[in-house]
Parts: sequence; C-alpha cells; structure tokens
Amino acid sequence: MFTHTFGHNGSVFRSLSQEARERVERLELPFGPYGVDPFGVSKRHLAQFFTTLGLFYRHYLTVVREGIHHVPSRGRVMLIGNHSGGVALDGAMVLASLFFDREPPRLAQGMAEKFIHKTPVMSSWACRTGQLTGLPEHAERLLAAERALLVFPEGARGTAKLYKQRDSLVEFGTGFMRLAMKMRTPIVPFAFVGGGEAIPTIANLYGLGKRFGVPYLPVTPYLFPIPLPVKVGLFYGPPMHFEGTGNEDDAHVQVMVEGVKEKIRALIHLGREVLT
Amino acid sequence: MKVLITGISGALGREVALTLDAAGHEVSGLDVRPWHDAPKTVALHRVDLRKRAAEDVFRHFRPEAVIHMATVTAFVASPDERDRINLGGTRAVFEYARAHGVKHVVFVGRHTFYGASSDLPLFHREDEPPMGISAFPELADLVAADLYAGSELWRYPELCTTVLRVCYTLGPRGHGTLAGYLRGRHVPTVFGFDPLFQFMHENDVAHAIGATLKARPRGVFNVAGPPALPLSVIIKQTGRKRAMLPDFAFEAMVGRFGLPALPVGAVEHIKYPVVVDPKAFNDATDFIARYDEVKTLAEFRQAFPV
Repeated sequence: MFTHTFGHNGSVFRSLSQEARERVERLELPFGPYGVDPFGVSKRHLAQFFTTLGLFYRHYLTVVREGIHHVPSRGRVMLIGNHSGGVALDGAMVLASLFFDREPPRLAQGMAEKFIHKTPVMSSWACRTGQLTGLPEHAERLLAAERALLVFPEGARGTAKLYKQRDSLVEFGTGFMRLAMKMRTPIVPFAFVGGGEAIPTIANLYGLGKRFGVPYLPVTPYLFPIPLPVKVGLFYGPPMHFEGTGNEDDAHVQVMVEGVKEKIRALIHLGREVLT
Repeated sequence: MKVLITGISGALGREVALTLDAAGHEVSGLDVRPWHDAPKTVALHRVDLRKRAAEDVFRHFRPEAVIHMATVTAFVASPDERDRINLGGTRAVFEYARAHGVKHVVFVGRHTFYGASSDLPLFHREDEPPMGISAFPELADLVAADLYAGSELWRYPELCTTVLRVCYTLGPRGHGTLAGYLRGRHVPTVFGFDPLFQFMHENDVAHAIGATLKARPRGVFNVAGPPALPLSVIIKQTGRKRAMLPDFAFEAMVGRFGLPALPVGAVEHIKYPVVVDPKAFNDATDFIARYDEVKTLAEFRQAFPV
C-alpha cells in the first residue's frame, strides 16, 4: 500500500507536489507580492495542502467523477451538494476535483464550521486555504469577488449521517437559495457518493465531542474515522438559475430549494448506479 | 485652512502636522508633551485638553477644522488615565468645537473598535457594532470615545463630524500598537493561529487625514491601505522571528523573556483578524494609498533592525 501510494523514493509525492505548485500558479486569484490574496489564501499553503489532498484523490481513494465541465471556468458560482462521510471528505473531494480536473484550476471555498477556526493549527490552515467561517457576510464577499463557493445546505446535520443513512438527504436550509438569488449566482448541484463506505460511521459521540470542542466524534467499526481506500464518486449537474431578490417568503423559496434537492437526489441515484 | 490638531506631539500627530503644514494649511496643536523640533510655522500649545487654557486656544485661534488624535491605548496608560484622556478629552473637544465655531471635527479612532473573534466576519463595515469588548475590556474606553464622537452626527448635525477607524500603522517612525508589538527580535504569537493583520504606512495615514479635510465627508469611515497580510509574513518580512506560545501559556509568558508586555485581552487580536473594508472612505475622499505592503514593511525593517 505504501509503495502504491507514494511510489519508490517518494516519486509520486514529488510529481504531485510539482503539479500542485504549477496548478496554484494558474489559479486566477489576485495574489499579492507575498503570494497571499485579500482573503488570506496563500500560494505556499495551497501547494502543500493540494499535494497531500492529491494523494488521497488520485492514489488512495478511487474517485469516479462526471460532469466537472458544468462548473464554469471563471465567475461566481455556488456548488451545492450532499454530505456523505462522517468528516469533511465530501468537501475535500470537491476541492480536489476543481483543482486537479478543471482547466484552468479553480479554488472551491467552503463555509467552515465555527469550531474549526477556534482550533489551533486547523484555524491557520483553514484561513490560508480559503475555507472561511460559515457566515453570510463571507459567502456574499466571496461571490462578489467571483469565487466558487462550496455550500452543504444540510449543515452539521448532514455530516452526522450514519452508514445506513449514507445516501439519504436531511433537511436543506433556505439560506443558500436566498444568497444565490440576491447575488445572482448560478447553482451547480453535485452529489458525492461513497463517503459512507469510506468512513462507515456507526455512531456519533456528541458528549465526548463537546469536551474536545467539536460538534461530535464519529465512531467506525475500527474506531477512528480514517477513510478506507474505497471507490467514491463525484457527479456534477448542469447549472441552475433562479430569479429573485432573496427576500421572498419561505414558502416561495422552499419550492426552489426542493428543486435543487431533487436534482441532488437524482445525481446520488445516478452515482450509486455508476459505482455499482 | 486653520487646523487644530490635538495630540500633535505624538509620532502620528507630527506626521499629520507636517503634511498639512506642507500643504499650506495654518496648523496649530495641543499636547502636554513637547515637540522640540516642530517647524516654526506650527504653533504648539502645551496644555491639557480638559483645562481652560485649551479652550482659550480654540477661542483665539478659531480653527475651521479640528483633528482629534489625543487618545491613548492600554499599552501606554492606566485605566483611569484612559477614561480621563479618551472620554473626557473627546467630550471637551466637541464642546469647544461647538462653542467656538469649528466647522469640521475629525475623530481619529482605531479599527480595533470591531474586536477580534473566530466568529466575526473577516471584513468589517462601518455599520457593525463593537463585538470585542467582553474579550478585550481594555478597549472599552476607546470604543466609547468612538461611539461618543459618532453620536455628534445626530446631536449636532450642523457640525460636520468625521469618525475615522484607522487600521494599524507601520513605517519608519515606529508609531502605534503594531509597531510596538513588532519591535523586539522575537514576536509572541499564539501557536496554531496566524491571523491577517491590516496596516498602512504612517505617511498614508497623514495623507488620508488630509483627504478627509478636503472632502469633508460626514459619517463613520474605515481607513486602510494595502490588503492585509498574515502575521507570520509580517514578522518574517520585518526580519523578526515568531515566538509561538501555546494559548494557555501566552498570558503568563508575555512581558517576560524579552517578549513585549501585552494587555490580557490582546491575545484575541493575535489569534483572530481585524480587517476593515475601506471602500466607503475611498469613495468619499478619492483616497489611494501611496505605499504598498512591501515598501511599508521594508521601511519599518530598515528603521528598526534587530
């Protein structure tokens, strides 16, 4: 396994590292003279982060991907998808997919859980890789700056899915739809399938999680939530456009939210068929 | 224009005075501290702002504009002094201004008004409330002075009041909180945190205040220069080294082992960013910073080598 993943003498690692650095140079972000953009995203940190992520994306997991061409090459876009897997494997795979499979590469910027920015080391890495705290102000600013915003409308409820619930969808919030309408941003729906197999969560320890400053700690049959080297899938759908101001009443917005949810449900269905 | 500057003998006050003097304004200043090499064209009055002698300066000089910079931070003054200077002084300035026909008062405040926390937005706008007082109580008097100055906008609409919330300054004069924090060879940071810090060159602050006098915008404005940088980059580019301390030990270790002393609440400002959006100010005054981050850091490094 080690040789398969890292190659002899770390050649895979070196080649990934070089590719990550080259791709970072091609990101269309306004980096300043020290390689940092106005949001604090750092070229150096991105290269290190994507080198490590690339090992998982290209060599450890088997990632089936379809429809990446639906993500626009540039300009504001919201990537809306389902949570799958007990930790942020889904988000990480979307980041890797936009970075390694899109030409030119794009940086997807997620809305991180608040505890991440309170936690040492995680805080600085989240900042330097553009994963800001999940606040409406951040989402608006990123879209105004023509970035690719990654949102999971299921929120923390979605990451807590157990293995048996792995292909289900929990309730979607309406905030993402209001934001899309207000900021006149296309929504690219996507489904991540197989996260439940990669991290087969059998229970979530909420009490213990709180003691460590996180919402919960997922438990797998082998105890720790370390991903297994399985086949997972990432399926993007065509962009969806919604007209409105974002101030419409809940009933009106809920109909549109259901439309996106249905599209994601269909993509999960398709993904499950492809994977099996 | 006749301009009176309070706190003129401070590093930034001098910079503003020299800039306005060079631009042809008639400049006078109030400060209890001396300014030995002040230009002859700048009249310095060494009086306490809250004493009658200060009001006499307003009465006789009859300034059209007042730039109020006589405020202090927890780094240099006790709580009693801060209340007296920051709140008592600000109140006195506005009372004198109203009584003696001043047209425009510029309150020079700080961007730390907004506070630092993990769940605050990265770019602060002027309409946000101050959220950091509970974590950093030493800021309370400055926040209160800022809000008091802002309340003049509705209490005395005939007086043009401009409240500026200026980001950290850096440059060869070594003025301000950030410059003091970066002064030593080792700069204390909190392990695992690397917030964005926003700074602008001292000359640009003076230039921004000059632009404020010219455009006379009414309201509250954030003032900033180049984009913010991670603290680690600032430390490296100024030739310093990070002394990474764990959160729990930070309070006990600062002020010792050659590290600068910091107020207890300052730790939040070393873990989390305070970055402001200066768009409203730039739009209102056409201000464009003349110094970028590279030049600003280089000038500080050259002036304060380690």
